[in-house]
Amino acid sequence: MLSHYLLEPLAETTVRHSLAAILALALGAGPIGVFLMLRRMSLIGDAMSHAILPGVAIGFLAAGLNVFAMTLGGLVAGLLIALLAGAVSRATALQEDASLAVFLLVSLAFGVVIVTINGIDIERLMTFLFGEVAAKMSAEKLLVIAVNATISLVALALIYRPLVLGCVDPGFLRSVSRADGIAHLTFLAVLVLNLINAFHALGTLLGVGIIIIPASTARFWTRDVSTMIVLATATALFSGFAGLLFAFHVKIPSGPAVTLIAGLLYAGSVLFGRIGGIVWQAFPGRHLEA
Amino acid sequence: MTALRFHDLTVGYERHPAVHHLEGAVESGALMAVVGPNGAGKSTLFKAIAGLLKPLAGSIERDGLDPRDIAYLPQVPEIDRSFPITVYDMVAMGLWRSRGVFGGIGGNDRKIIEAAIAAVGLTGFERRAIGTLSGGQMQRMLFARVLVQDARVIVLDEPFAAVDAKTSVDLLELMRRWHKESRTLLAALHDIELVRANFPETLLLAREPVAWGATASVLTAENLNKARLMCEAFDESAEACAAPEVA
Repeated sequence: MLSHYLLEPLAETTVRHSLAAILALALGAGPIGVFLMLRRMSLIGDAMSHAILPGVAIGFLAAGLNVFAMTLGGLVAGLLIALLAGAVSRATALQEDASLAVFLLVSLAFGVVIVTINGIDIERLMTFLFGEVAAKMSAEKLLVIAVNATISLVALALIYRPLVLGCVDPGFLRSVSRADGIAHLTFLAVLVLNLINAFHALGTLLGVGIIIIPASTARFWTRDVSTMIVLATATALFSGFAGLLFAFHVKIPSGPAVTLIAGLLYAGSVLFGRIGGIVWQAFPGRHLEA
Repeated sequence: MTALRFHDLTVGYERHPAVHHLEGAVESGALMAVVGPNGAGKSTLFKAIAGLLKPLAGSIERDGLDPRDIAYLPQVPEIDRSFPITVYDMVAMGLWRSRGVFGGIGGNDRKIIEAAIAAVGLTGFERRAIGTLSGGQMQRMLFARVLVQDARVIVLDEPFAAVDAKTSVDLLELMRRWHKESRTLLAALHDIELVRANFPETLLLAREPVAWGATASVLTAENLNKARLMCEAFDESAEACAAPEVA
């Protein structure tokens, strides 16, 4: 009975694509989410996911439902916003988050205008926002997601050390190295790549859930960055697979399905997490000898 | 041999000078205290020496040393104490200049790191997360990182602020060791007695150099009083400085 529930979706090629894509997505989402959280940028990541919408919309207008055009559009829009916001905050007194917020709002407004003026049917819009219903995915999308994930992992490995030091002691990094600027920009680029992956797999509105929520979940179980990344990736993977099965069987869009599963894991961790979980804090046990 | 030479150096923020027209040199191997009231420009001067702040005018000569090769310990490090990283990894970051972004950390490096942790008295704390350290232990860890940096010029901004007497004594011992190894060491300090007892040379700073030389001749009651009076707030309506720029 259970095996039927698990295996039935695999009979469909499009669903198999989705499951493979979620594996690639999770591999990038785990580490990206952890660094977003450690840099206190979780909400910025969330906001950035809306910034890619006008790019995707322009790609859609130019080439129709072409995955590659939409990816390119999203990539250009996301990088442009990230760079512009970064440049404004460096050149003026405005903080980066404030300047990003401005660009994102304008960008999202622009995206909605483009989409509306050119008339998009409500079903397609829902897919844009929340992902494909019943976890279907084309081979092209899977290819794009796999390529993006591969680039992300290589780039992250290259900037791992300055990224960590830039989080824990940015002043020291600046005093010994000029790598901090490049590392930050590379990180933003990798973030955009993964937001596009999340958009393809789960829609623009909720896709970022698989990036942000697993990282916050992992924080409740370890004090070590590397372990945190592994746990976040595993959580993303589990939420992804379980969410897609949920979406398939209940016939709902993949975005909310995956995000709800991740949210459940998060709630469990808030309660029972070994590091700072509520239950452990309420019943810490007798204090130690030393 | 001079390790640092200041040429009519002016450093500050948004055109307001915090250190004004500093001229002079720090000999290689010097053990020098920088003394002055709060707001005297000590931290600003140190940031400029470490290459983190561009001079408004004048320049700093570092005897061919890349500013990134100067070990600089700020008064308030921008450390995120909640970040999940161990004492060992934090100290290992001192190897940055020799290992960079990609270099591996070998057996010899591990010995250097372990020796540094032992030298500051933190043996047994290697696997501890930095968030669990006390203020004094944190400062010991940062001194271990400076040890690992193995720099010819070391700049410490108020290293004894907020640490207890025992820690101060231990850290001072490390500074003496660096001095014996002929490294150039500058430290901003407030404890005049400690400076008199341990530092041969002193720069008394109050936005402008008040006195600079042998500690006994610098830290006179008259000079200290002068320093207190000179230290005033930024004048928001100040005119552009009339002193001619040195090319």
